[in-house]
Amino acid sequence: MVPLRRIGAGLRGELWAKLESFNPGGSVKDRAALWMVLDAEQRLDLEGKTILDATSGNTGVALALVGAVRGHPVELCMPDKLSVERKRIVAAFGATLTLTDPLDGSDGAILAAREKAKDPRYVYVDQYANPANPLAHEETTGPELWEQTGGRLTHLVAGVGTSGTVVGASRALRPKGVRIVAVQPDAALHGIEGWKHMATAIRPLIWDEALADDHRTIGTDAAIAMAKRLAREEGILSGPSGGGAVAAALGVAREQEGVVVALLADGGERYLSTPMWE
Amino acid sequence: MAVTVRLPGTLRDAVGGETKIQASGETLADVFADIDRRHPGFRARVLDDRGSIRSYVNVYVGDTDARGSGGLATAVPDGSEVMVIPAMAGGR
Repeated sequence: MVPLRRIGAGLRGELWAKLESFNPGGSVKDRAALWMVLDAEQRLDLEGKTILDATSGNTGVALALVGAVRGHPVELCMPDKLSVERKRIVAAFGATLTLTDPLDGSDGAILAAREKAKDPRYVYVDQYANPANPLAHEETTGPELWEQTGGRLTHLVAGVGTSGTVVGASRALRPKGVRIVAVQPDAALHGIEGWKHMATAIRPLIWDEALADDHRTIGTDAAIAMAKRLAREEGILSGPSGGGAVAAALGVAREQEGVVVALLADGGERYLSTPMWE
Repeated sequence: MAVTVRLPGTLRDAVGGETKIQASGETLADVFADIDRRHPGFRARVLDDRGSIRSYVNVYVGDTDARGSGGLATAVPDGSEVMVIPAMAGGR
């Protein structure tokens, strides 16, 4: 975790960034993927089974990595025409891909995975409905944030995709008085990878709005603009969602005193082939 | 040139509830202008203030990414299919 000294200058609250790009698979999704696979190992006989999920990127990379380490085949349903980096990283870890209609987005991948999951050869971990997803954040992300701020944390700002981070961290941190700020894209058509516009998307079963104290929205242009500021002013190469989280956290720290932490879900390297950095 | 334009569900509301519509034009710019004439506001959803394809929208003519083949000046052959795709899907 690092302080944002320039972007956060002159605010009422302190502004910090938790950089999840330093996880082994390069994103916050390593936590959920590991917890979901370990949970499946405990509950099920995985001999001869293939771990299956729908993902537009980071969870796929994380599951492929965990599958490689734990010795499980992994198959992922992913919208076609996503950035080439994702596909290559997933393939490098030995996972196989089923590409779905890009016009259907991540919801199309979810429906494809549900269809495949009818085949008993698959173990569908379903990050959108799996309690092990938020549990990973309840047991790791939340306590880490508390420890890394020396118990001074007052606000956690994180985007909502599967909602695992917000739901799990909320369970760990709200009892300590931390306010949870959940951020969504401001429109159905957006470019903040990993975030969901809940009003128009398939609602994750694990999502519970009541676990956040404050709900905010950020536009794609503002998220990308902040990602560029993070690179140029703080030396942090972030993805669009990291920019969005910091943009929202900046608003919180401008309004309120305390220690405000934005969770940056991944790094910018995975978006180098997208127009974001052109 | 008559073409078929396929749109994501997130743009359905911009064109009266359809995800596949017919349009005409020599270039992508013409096609988007044609759709915008019938469905005002469509172009603003897909193009930014400078008139370029939004950074989070990908447009394909057939299998070719228009961003790498002339952008809005990309020629649209008669009978081809144009796809407008969110560059990044929500929910990882």
